[in-house]
Amino acid sequence: MKHIRLILLLLLSGPAVLVNAQDMLPYTTRLDLTSLIIGFILVNILLLLMMTMTFKKQVDSFISFYKKQHGSTPNTERFKTNVKNLTSKQITELIKFKNEVKKNKKLLLLCFIPIPISLPNIVAAQKAPVASQNATSNSIWEQGPVIITIILLLLVLLTTAIVLIIKVKWSINSKKNKLKQKEAIDLADYLKSVPDRSLRTIKNQKESLDYSLTHHELSGTLPTADKRGLLHIRPEAGLPIVSAKKKMRSDHTIDPALSKVIQWYFISATFWLLFGTTVGEYLGIKFVAPDVDSLSWLNFGRLRPVHTNAVFWGWSSLGMLGLGYYIVPRVSNSPLANIKWAWYALHCINLSITLGSITLMMGINNGGGEYREYIWPIMLIFGIGLALTLSNYFITVARRKTTEIYISNWYIVSALSFFTIVGLVGYLPQWQKGLGETIVQGYYMHQAVGMWFMLFTLGIVYYFLPQQLNKPIYSYSLGILAFWAQIVFYTLIGTHHFVFSAIPWWLQTVAIVASVGMVIPVIAGTTNFLMTFKGAWYKLRDSYTLPFFLVGIIFYFTGSMQGTAEAFRYANLIWHFTDFTVAHSHMTMYGIITFLLWAGIYSLIPQLTGREAPQLTIGIHFWLALIGLLLYSIPLMYGGSLRGLSWIAGEPFVDSVSLMLPYWLWRAIGGTLMWLSHLVFAFNMYKMIARPLPSLAIEQTAIDLLMKTDNKMHDN
Amino acid sequence: MEFFDNHKKLFGVATLLFSVLTLFVAIFPAISNQRYIKPLPDAPTLTEAAARGKALYISNGCVACHSQQVRNIEMDKSWGTRASLAADYAGNTRTDFWRNTATLMGTARIGPDLTDIGNRQPSLEWNLVHLFNPRIVVPESIMPAYPWLFKITKEVTETDFVVNIPDEGLISNTQKVVATQDALDLVAYLQSLKQTPLPDGTALPKFLLEKTETNDAAVKTSTAEGKALYVAHCQACHQANGKGLPGAFPPLKGSGVVTGQNLTLYVDIIMNGYDARPEYGAMSAIGANLGWTEKEVAAIINYERTSWGNAAPEVTTTEIKKILDFLKDKTKQQ
Repeated sequence: MKHIRLILLLLLSGPAVLVNAQDMLPYTTRLDLTSLIIGFILVNILLLLMMTMTFKKQVDSFISFYKKQHGSTPNTERFKTNVKNLTSKQITELIKFKNEVKKNKKLLLLCFIPIPISLPNIVAAQKAPVASQNATSNSIWEQGPVIITIILLLLVLLTTAIVLIIKVKWSINSKKNKLKQKEAIDLADYLKSVPDRSLRTIKNQKESLDYSLTHHELSGTLPTADKRGLLHIRPEAGLPIVSAKKKMRSDHTIDPALSKVIQWYFISATFWLLFGTTVGEYLGIKFVAPDVDSLSWLNFGRLRPVHTNAVFWGWSSLGMLGLGYYIVPRVSNSPLANIKWAWYALHCINLSITLGSITLMMGINNGGGEYREYIWPIMLIFGIGLALTLSNYFITVARRKTTEIYISNWYIVSALSFFTIVGLVGYLPQWQKGLGETIVQGYYMHQAVGMWFMLFTLGIVYYFLPQQLNKPIYSYSLGILAFWAQIVFYTLIGTHHFVFSAIPWWLQTVAIVASVGMVIPVIAGTTNFLMTFKGAWYKLRDSYTLPFFLVGIIFYFTGSMQGTAEAFRYANLIWHFTDFTVAHSHMTMYGIITFLLWAGIYSLIPQLTGREAPQLTIGIHFWLALIGLLLYSIPLMYGGSLRGLSWIAGEPFVDSVSLMLPYWLWRAIGGTLMWLSHLVFAFNMYKMIARPLPSLAIEQTAIDLLMKTDNKMHDN
Repeated sequence: MEFFDNHKKLFGVATLLFSVLTLFVAIFPAISNQRYIKPLPDAPTLTEAAARGKALYISNGCVACHSQQVRNIEMDKSWGTRASLAADYAGNTRTDFWRNTATLMGTARIGPDLTDIGNRQPSLEWNLVHLFNPRIVVPESIMPAYPWLFKITKEVTETDFVVNIPDEGLISNTQKVVATQDALDLVAYLQSLKQTPLPDGTALPKFLLEKTETNDAAVKTSTAEGKALYVAHCQACHQANGKGLPGAFPPLKGSGVVTGQNLTLYVDIIMNGYDARPEYGAMSAIGANLGWTEKEVAAIINYERTSWGNAAPEVTTTEIKKILDFLKDKTKQQ
């Protein structure tokens, strides 16, 4: 019950707690078996509910269909819509058939075979695995192995339920298609026996269907075409909860094999996003309820790197690489050098993060340097994946059919090549004794962020932003300036994480000066992107990808400038070591990288699969993520500043802990919203990637059936 | 431009530029640092237990919340007597074939800095209780509990180290908490974290941005300062309400030492520690470790004498100075 209380607290009492901030103590919430099971069951029920809702529509249409067929409406009424729906071609075939019949003066009776139909017991299938609710109080239930067994059991039940629902969904669909088949037979029967009088009506219908203007009444006879795709006619608007956005067009020229591997990059990335942020969310809860569990594998210090590494190497890196596999061949106008390597790279990276997460939870890490917590053999697997990708991209660029190398490929290929160097510098042991480790750490962690994530993502924006705005990038030269300035300045800023430390003073100063130099590439980049928007701002209204781009670009400017501000020596007094830096890293890695990746993914997948996610859920995803991020970072920045000031004033350290508690609570609330948005994102991914169930078209089947009998008659 | 249209030249030059900058900003400084900077002559090597404790400190990711660096600025003064130097980290080398060097400087202070924790909080008993569940001794703490470093058992053998856990419903009455070797090792490591004194004759480097203090020595010190010192250095054991923790740390509320006449004993305990009562954990030489003068001692004594219902007369810094001088002479004579 405490578990539920905590969730309620997180959702409701944030503002109330602010009032008595100074007296706050950590919550004494503990995850005991009861709350664990209740939580687990709640999640299960939620999952099942979501799944049930997805196929409720199907069940409903099945039932109405069934009722219609078994009702007592006369055939003329029953098939009215079907007859109305006949296309001109179908009518032609029908008339042809009728004439044949007349000619032969022969009537063939189709035997009517009733197909036994039994409604599957839908209700039974939906039973949730509500089990062992009363498994409390007795001490045997608190034994580790028993708990594990119960959880495993519940997992099995959940899996069973999911499989069952999928099976039921498929069987209902096939039953429905069987019904439709029967309906088609009936329709064929009806059409065969349709009297000449009705046939005349149908003929009229054909005439009206066939009637058309010459189409030259207004435009003349000169050929016209919408070659640039300027016209977008919206189909039925539906319930206007949100304004309708433009539909994507699918790209039919992409190699299906490449399309498949790209989709798997995105599926893996989404999995790591869910995994990584679930861990992150749990860590956020631990700040306000430190006793929520007491298992060594879930200890805060061990889980923190699991979170950071999973979202870095799993979500962000795989998402970027997936987009890269589309962009690099595309702008080189040449096929990808080797699709097999792309698969190997994906397997390497997934394996590396799986092993890395497990070893970190076991307590095996590289020594505590941020983002290089994986020990070297595990990072080596990741490195092999990157090396494969680098050669793949480079060879593709080398074989390009264009003279120039588009700016996206500058950024993307360089990012891979630089990160190879960064990884080697970070993991080779020759320069890591004593403070050498710290100097390398400053370089490594900041180059990983700036030369890997930022550079690569900028390359993505240089391709997808013009594509989505349907206009060229504002200035190619600004892109080039930003590229070289990024290399010159960003490479030098690593040690600004160790200002006032024992690292050589000159090195700290170089880092601070270079951080100011970062103004050049950031302003060049931001200007370039915003000027590309110029004259096309109205498109923001019509598109569901452009808002993601815009948020990413705004955070690119604010997040990067905030980084510059934080590097100054005075800022270090207030903000260094506080949660301000945590807020900063989320504003950048989440606000910039993650939002731009979502923008790219929502732009690309519909082009690959021809399927779009519902615009409503994309909107929910966007707003939950954005509001969540703001609720997460602003209180942390404010609280972090207060904490720094408290340290400067020389107040006891423990006071600064109680001071932070309300802000940590806000972080957990914002984090929860962000986490929820990822669930919605995963649903959107499912809608974009999963193939819809096959559906039988009644009219065409009926005509096909008629044609079959017609052929039979001829054979006879 | 031909240069921009040639992938070999373009990516070659970009990579070269990045590599050269990398050499100058990371590799050369790192190599020169490890070549020229040697550990301080008095730097002790870790004992076996402390080395095992350091491995536990690394594997449990303590560095996520605890830094080990005193910056050369005024606000970091509370974490050590001097700023950390490159030499303080020079003794760290690669952990083993699989794992990199761990200087454990850290980038966050969600919890306090631990550079000098061996001087600030050397008590074995306190550290063990705190590891078992930090909220027993510091209710505001959000540090994780480490119960898996302890054994909860009914049968205690002679070699077991029993930790006194105050009755807060965490364990049942018949059970005892026994520290495992891991817990003892981790505490041994924490106790070993002390700033190495600089070689004789080397002046302490000054902290930057130092506050200019108004020096009114003989004046009675304010209770506000006494409270701040108490919260920072005494409260973890004796608690905010002055009642201590039964079975672990003695109460100051109504204590004979605090309210009594024997000021010399009182000051001696604050400066040099106390271990005369077996039912409680040993107190460390907190005042001597932190280099307290009559000003701090008087402030703490006055706060303790006037809080939680205690109503003993306040003391002046001149009185305390005399006692401190006397105690110094005494230790010299011994």
